[in-house]
Amino acid sequence: MRLLKLVPDDTNIDFMRWRNVALVISLVVTLSSIGFTIYRGLNLGVDFVGGQMIRTTFAQPVDVEQLRGRVEGLQLGEASIQEFGGPKSYQIRLPKPAGGDATANVAAEKVKALLTQSYPGARIDAVETVSGKVSGELARDGAMALGLAMLGIAIYIWFRFEWQFGVGALVTLFHDVSMILGFFAFTRRQVDLNVVAALLTIVGYSLNDTVVIYDRIRENLRKYRKMAIIPLLNLSLNETLSRTIVTSLSVLLALGVLLLLGPEVIRNLTIAIFLGIFIGTYSSIYISATILVWLGVKPDSFLRADNEPAGGAEPSRA
Amino acid sequence: MVRNPTQVDAAVERMRTLTRPVGLTGARDWDVSVVDQSRVVLTPTRDGSVRALKDAMSVARDVVRRRIDPQGTKEITVVTQGENRILVQVPGVENPEALKKLIGQTARLEFKLVDLTANPAEVQQGRAPAGSQVLPMAEGGGSMAVKRRVMVSGDQLTSAKQSFDQDGRPDITIIFNSTGARRFGRTTQENVGKPFAIILDNKILSAPTIQQPILGGTASISGNFTVETANQLAVSLASGKLPVKLNVIEERTVGPDLGKDSIHKGAVAAIVATLVVILFMVVTYGRFGVYATLALIINAFLILGIMALFNATLTLPGIAGFVLTIGAAVDANVLVNERIREEQKRGRKVRDAIETGYREAFTAIFDANITNVIAATLMWYFGSGPIRGFAVVLMIGIVTSVFTAVYFTRMLTALWVRRARPRTMNL
Repeated sequence: MRLLKLVPDDTNIDFMRWRNVALVISLVVTLSSIGFTIYRGLNLGVDFVGGQMIRTTFAQPVDVEQLRGRVEGLQLGEASIQEFGGPKSYQIRLPKPAGGDATANVAAEKVKALLTQSYPGARIDAVETVSGKVSGELARDGAMALGLAMLGIAIYIWFRFEWQFGVGALVTLFHDVSMILGFFAFTRRQVDLNVVAALLTIVGYSLNDTVVIYDRIRENLRKYRKMAIIPLLNLSLNETLSRTIVTSLSVLLALGVLLLLGPEVIRNLTIAIFLGIFIGTYSSIYISATILVWLGVKPDSFLRADNEPAGGAEPSRA
Repeated sequence: MVRNPTQVDAAVERMRTLTRPVGLTGARDWDVSVVDQSRVVLTPTRDGSVRALKDAMSVARDVVRRRIDPQGTKEITVVTQGENRILVQVPGVENPEALKKLIGQTARLEFKLVDLTANPAEVQQGRAPAGSQVLPMAEGGGSMAVKRRVMVSGDQLTSAKQSFDQDGRPDITIIFNSTGARRFGRTTQENVGKPFAIILDNKILSAPTIQQPILGGTASISGNFTVETANQLAVSLASGKLPVKLNVIEERTVGPDLGKDSIHKGAVAAIVATLVVILFMVVTYGRFGVYATLALIINAFLILGIMALFNATLTLPGIAGFVLTIGAAVDANVLVNERIREEQKRGRKVRDAIETGYREAFTAIFDANITNVIAATLMWYFGSGPIRGFAVVLMIGIVTSVFTAVYFTRMLTALWVRRARPRTMNL
């Protein structure tokens, strides 16, 4: 059986040639992502702002404006109504009621009663109520956990490699996270706990990619001490290219199936990860590697570690 | 308040012996101090309140479990989360409201004598004579003065069942334990002809008059009950009172149709996705792809098995963590196989290429996984709920993926090399 080889042997692509173009693109996209996230804001779900979310499926397609009117007639605050997965399925969101947790339950009951009375055959698919206390905590803890995890990783990489690599990994992760958030701010897709799960997965994947490429760069830096940094990075990227393609493709294949056949509830999650794989693969080539050039990694960065481990001339080596 | 100032020190000493040590640091749960030379003040220490809360939460958890599932047969999850939260998951609930009521009710039952000396006008204003208190009626408004002293409380009962009174209305029959029965008997004996109040969560359910001493240790509680509410209260009483008041702060319900729908679709999608990845691996790496697939399948079972062992529930973030570790396991195999290809291309013989491939690929696999372990540990430590779920699965998954993707496939490869002694390999 002839095996599939997606990448021909001995490729010699000059990745680093476009590094400045890539950097400008990344810079523009990252900055506008941050801008979008700050100014336009994220469409935060009930998980982070508190309130209620009711998902319902009607027997027949309904008039959204009429539904909105009826829900707002209950005087529960401004309702947001979105189609969810089909013309008969809707997601109704209500703000956190002023009266605390007890009134929240009453509000959900009212909406449920309205739906079943006004629309015969309507089915309540899901109800989520999150109090303001929990939601604030989820948002704060989530952000802190993510931030500290990124920092911890950068420190480990600094010890295992060099400080430049640690900074590179940190910047890469920051780049990926802000792009994903920018995407959600731009499309106004709802950010809920699932998106946080997606974000964590993307960070994990991108990190894996970055470390694999860094590992090869480290190996080549030790092997070819006379080689200039740009050709060395190109060599490392070409050597790992086949692995990069095969891994990304297998993950994308799996995600593609989930997008086509998977349930609506995980669509947001799958889209985010799908997009994240592209961003993560791109950034581990163009951000992680390019930063090494900027921070001046030299072949002799690993010399001391190999030849005189007890020398201790450089404090950054562990 | 100590009446005789000369005995203040003795009182303090006496109270100190009543406080309990917390942990190993020598700290005690209450601070005893003297204010104005005659008042002894007890303040809970920080360690003391933490422990009190912890104790209360673990009692509350057990009580909630008993209430929802008196027989202990349903597949429910009741776990404490963080310092002061309890997570309850119950499948197949038809009426979430009833469930919330069952959890939220403290169910503190007390029997107290009605204070007949109280001035009705003062009671209306909420004032009661010394040694008594004014409590509202559960139904129909109004209030009543009762003695502060508790005759018997819900702690002293052995069982509570829903039953019917002579007129066929639902009520609850309770049976006291021996101390409860003795106290109830004695008090009723001494107070024949006087009314007593049955109090639930500081509201008076009813205040019947004692017709004759009740010595048998049983009593019935009547009120405006339906069969359902009477049954609910009986379950709450039998399971004991909650040491703390619980508020519902987060609630998620998934309709049975949506649940089934999503699970079915999700399962189909997951199976197809797995098959596609397996096919891709086999087409790309041939024999080594088959080994990788075997490793992946074992990995998936290992993760699920370990999670079952720890009784961890698979939440959506948990599934994301699962997917990531499967991805990492695929990647580990890809790294090894690509490296073997590379070494072969450099002219190494089969056995040598495999050896070097595994050795050289290992540093990348090791560093990539250690960074993920670090991330998972920090997320577990600092994150809450969903992030922790993700982190736990990731930690379990990393260990099993490295084991299966590196050591297990290496064993399979080694067995093949030893048996077949291949001169060339198709990779």
